Amino acid sequence: MTQRLLLTGVSKSFTLHLRDGVILPVVGGVSFGVEGGECVVLGGQSGAGKSSILKMVYGNYGVGAGQILIGHSGGQVDMAVADARLVMQVRQQTLGYVSQFLRAIPRVAAIDVAAEPLVRAGVAAGAARKRAAELFARLNLPERLWSLPPATFSGGEQQRVNIARGFLPDLPVLLLDEPTASLDARNRQVVIDMIAEKKANGTALLGIFHDADVRDAVADRIIDVSRFATAAVAA
Amino acid sequence: MQDNDPPLMRVVNLTHMYGDRIGCRDVSFDLYPGEVLAVVGESGSGKTTLLNCVSGRQQCSAGTISYRMRDRRLQDLNAMSEAERRFLMRTDWGFVHQNPADGLRMNVSAGANVGERLMAVGQRHYGRIRETADDWLGRVEIGHDRIDDRPGTFSGGMRQRLQIARNLVTGPRLVFMDEPTGGLDVSVQARLLDLLRGLVDDLGLSAIVVTHDLAVARLLSQRMMVMKDGQVIETGLTDRVLDDPQAPYTQLLVSSILQV
Repeated sequence: MTQRLLLTGVSKSFTLHLRDGVILPVVGGVSFGVEGGECVVLGGQSGAGKSSILKMVYGNYGVGAGQILIGHSGGQVDMAVADARLVMQVRQQTLGYVSQFLRAIPRVAAIDVAAEPLVRAGVAAGAARKRAAELFARLNLPERLWSLPPATFSGGEQQRVNIARGFLPDLPVLLLDEPTASLDARNRQVVIDMIAEKKANGTALLGIFHDADVRDAVADRIIDVSRFATAAVAA
Repeated sequence: MQDNDPPLMRVVNLTHMYGDRIGCRDVSFDLYPGEVLAVVGESGSGKTTLLNCVSGRQQCSAGTISYRMRDRRLQDLNAMSEAERRFLMRTDWGFVHQNPADGLRMNVSAGANVGERLMAVGQRHYGRIRETADDWLGRVEIGHDRIDDRPGTFSGGMRQRLQIARNLVTGPRLVFMDEPTGGLDVSVQARLLDLLRGLVDDLGLSAIVVTHDLAVARLLSQRMMVMKDGQVIETGLTDRVLDDPQAPYTQLLVSSILQV
């Protein structure tokens, strides 16, 4: 399979039981694929359903209809119907995610937050910390912050911890939800370079970027999500 | 985590009645090695009844609970003798109560509280027991100078950490927790949660955590079950249940969290 990630006829709506069961359509008829070595960017205005698509792929959102196939462990997994344990396994071995905001864990040092996915994957704690430190240095995160919990960091500092955490493990598919939103130009360029390296390594990337300069630098294709939103309302 | 890992505990159609009143009804789940399952719901939803039944502290009215023993046999809890069940509870299982006084012996020292579980599994060498107890007090961040003090002289957070040390010292594979951060100040809660999270990771423990606090569930568990009126109304990956709740009651719970 050259398509690492393939969405077919995916739809999503929310049923708001606390608002008399009103149904909020989000997207419908979402179909596209992402190959290894390619970065596909979801475009369209705010509220068009870009983040919802990423969250369905990652398993945070349930899927209303359709298939989300991911190449995993020599076979394919349909994330739309995978049970909780299989989703966890796919996340550990195949599918990474860089969210826009860091979910801070009390008292854990930034360097350990970043190194944690590597440690879970079996890398020795010392080696994982060393790789996290290298990436922090590359992202210009001041060294005095490394041993502090990130809860008190600025938005841009937290985002860099989050980027390091998501980019450190070498997973075949990587989802990026506005990873550069709070970064200055210099650090945006670092992330652009890191994305180029992932592509060169054959990683399949699917992302959302609001800055036009980052989007133009990394995107192989841009998919306009607005038409999926229209399809959801029509259905 | 492997696909072919057999479950550590399997619960099928567990029901418990208090006379005519339902404690919990038709609850089924599998718990896998290294997995933390959160059970959430408001007071009276049946989550504590469920925890007491699956941990052998309470006889259930119907249904089966099986546990994979260290020799890998899956054994029906109800078919065990009382002595076997007690041995399991003293060695391979831990139970962390909301109120530390329910899980500690308040009239003996901190060291003895930890050492007692070791003696229950046959350790007799005083020096080694004290050494292990001291090591565990350190792991739960209780100073070595407090080993001879009684838990009555400890703060609530310290008592809770002592209870955790007492439970983990025998190297259990499964720990039951009933509102482990319930009675604590928020700052103390954060420290305890972080400690629990680290210990569960390091030791590869499985755990069933009953809590009404969704933030606790998010931080500690991979899977969760939502209970209402004695029944499981929603179950799944923790971040899916919290980010995209389906049942009306779960939506109410999630939307009732105060954002800070």
